[in-house]
Amino acid sequence: MTHLPDGRYVDDAPYDPQASLLELERKDLDAPNWLLVWRKFRTHRLGLISGIFLLLSYLMLPFAGFIAPYGPNTRHADNLYSPPQSVNFFHEGQFIGPFVYPMESEANLETFQWEFVADTDNPAKLTFFCDGDSYMLAGLIKADTHLFCAPDGVTIFLWGSDRLGRDVFSRIFYGAQLSLTVGLIGISVSFVLGIFFGSVAGYFGGRIDWVINRVIEVLRSLPELPLWLALSAAVPSNWSPVAVFFIISIILGILDWPGLARSVRAKFLSLREEEYVKAAEMMGASSGRVIRKHLLPNFMSHLIASATLSIPAMILGETALSFLGLGLRAPAVSWGVMLNDAQNLTSVEIYPWIAIPMIPIIVVVLAFNFLGDGLRDSLDPYQQ
Amino acid sequence: MEILRYSVYRFGTMLMTLLVVSVMIFVIINLPPGDYLSNQITELRASGQSAGVAKAEFLRTEYALDKPLYQQYLIWMGFFPGPHGFSGMIQGNFGWSFEFDLPVSEIVGDTLWLTVLVNMAAIIFVYAVALPLGVAAAARSRTWVDYSSAFVGYLGLATPNFLLALILFYYGHKYLNLPIGGLMDPMYEGLPMSWDKAKSIGVHLIVPTFVIGTSGASAMMQRLRANMLDELGKPYVETATAKGMPPARMLAKYPLRVAFNPFVADIGNLLPSMVSGSVLVSVVLGLQTIGPALLQALKSQDQFLAGFILMFVALLTLIGTMISDVLLVMLDPRIRYEGRDA
Repeated sequence: MTHLPDGRYVDDAPYDPQASLLELERKDLDAPNWLLVWRKFRTHRLGLISGIFLLLSYLMLPFAGFIAPYGPNTRHADNLYSPPQSVNFFHEGQFIGPFVYPMESEANLETFQWEFVADTDNPAKLTFFCDGDSYMLAGLIKADTHLFCAPDGVTIFLWGSDRLGRDVFSRIFYGAQLSLTVGLIGISVSFVLGIFFGSVAGYFGGRIDWVINRVIEVLRSLPELPLWLALSAAVPSNWSPVAVFFIISIILGILDWPGLARSVRAKFLSLREEEYVKAAEMMGASSGRVIRKHLLPNFMSHLIASATLSIPAMILGETALSFLGLGLRAPAVSWGVMLNDAQNLTSVEIYPWIAIPMIPIIVVVLAFNFLGDGLRDSLDPYQQ
Repeated sequence: MEILRYSVYRFGTMLMTLLVVSVMIFVIINLPPGDYLSNQITELRASGQSAGVAKAEFLRTEYALDKPLYQQYLIWMGFFPGPHGFSGMIQGNFGWSFEFDLPVSEIVGDTLWLTVLVNMAAIIFVYAVALPLGVAAAARSRTWVDYSSAFVGYLGLATPNFLLALILFYYGHKYLNLPIGGLMDPMYEGLPMSWDKAKSIGVHLIVPTFVIGTSGASAMMQRLRANMLDELGKPYVETATAKGMPPARMLAKYPLRVAFNPFVADIGNLLPSMVSGSVLVSVVLGLQTIGPALLQALKSQDQFLAGFILMFVALLTLIGTMISDVLLVMLDPRIRYEGRDA
């Protein structure tokens, strides 16, 4: 530090304006695009939390059978409409680890309902990594170890049981397997179709463009649900639940692509006049190569963001179809199938816990919306 | 004059679209193997009732179901003479419902205008809610007004329609004593229109309107807010504020006008999803619209009934979209008459 005669202080370290400027910029310029996007996305708190939540949810899917204490269709004939049981730690002021109070059912002869009373004298301690109903781990490995279960003769219904005495908590985890993947399969179908038709229409233009555009207009102007209904009514009822599941997700995808195709087409229309496209064409690149290597990477990230935003519609679509009885059918378990039981207002009033599946639906849909918003905002890292 | 020409052009394209849609609907309805009558015939044969078989066979020829598919389509539409000459959709003969054993027009009759009514009410609700909330959220951005309206908006988008219907129904009845189920008191059903009947319908409309409109209102509110925010940053807003214009008048007079455009244009996107929603909600709430009839017809392969309802729903959305397109051109002189896509 030098003290100049006119009272200013000057740093003695050698200073090269050009170098320091370059050094600062270089780091950012050299960073790959995804790093810049990630840096910006990290500041979007809500999007980040939603992303982590969704990631965990999807990672959990193969282990649903492990986390759930019961199988999806295991019936407990003595515990129909049993209310949720809470896990306690203190029994009469003493810490004895996680336990539940056994439920005892009594028939109320006036209302003709089963009434459940917790037996607060005999706490039943939970066991961990115990054997129970067998399930397929990730659909491949047969296993029967569960994360937690109640001792013999005692039930554990964290979120109550439904009309057939099936555990709502377990069914929500099993239901997630179908409800969450419907969106992914549907969006893949819609992605492939949308990019294909959108890019063909935008790149070639002319008559192909006209035809594809009219198809898009027709599909977009129609109400989705009646079409979904009509198409899923066409699925033969003797098909296996898995086949129905795939068909339903493909139907959801087939009716979703026009929106995506429109935005792809609009981008192509403006990008195909760019010089690098001309250059590629002059060097003899085929149309397919120009589309794949030169045009699509330009806005792939935007497409991913808009895809994220249209997954919720598919999840809601599956739920609505199953709710109406035209989508997945029992014994398949999805959130919509579970809510099918909640159609009846009186049963929701008496047994409110059968409407619990609406909570994961709302949470997942919100998470996808936030994630999509966050991605969209952070995709252009150079823009401040 | 230009607008008239554009309207005619738009009407023409609507008819073309409707034609394509009719082919699509016919194909979709005929996707499941067999039809209502052939299923019935197999069933009757299995139980050995030959009298019923004869009747069903008679109906099959009567409604040309024994002809090849493309002829069936042409007869259904009325482009081609059927067993009784030209009598299809364009001649006003909507076909026969096998399940109810009645002409389709008699079954749907009243439900048609109730469907239109429910959807109109929902659209009005969407505009009435989204406009003030969207403007308020933009004008007071990053305050509690903005955040709470965003929260409500997100929740509206994320809650499945039918669940909202159940919840509102339950609480509406419990605390506000709103009626449960249906679109009017059962005592007015089938009676001619009267003041009491209209009142009854009005009260019954509250919950359905709210349910059908919520997701549309949320989406529109968010878009209006984004548009308004774009406009609010522009110099003319600053000028208006600087010369001492009251904020409310300034908002209504300048930025809102510009931001309003997508508001009208959006109805093209809004209407299909609202009609979808109304079908679903009608099934849940037991409204006498075409929703429950459609579901029933699709499940039992009652093809003329299902086909007619699908066509009606498509027509409803197409007309709505056309009106919004024409309105848009009238509102905004900058919009070119043709080739507005891209």
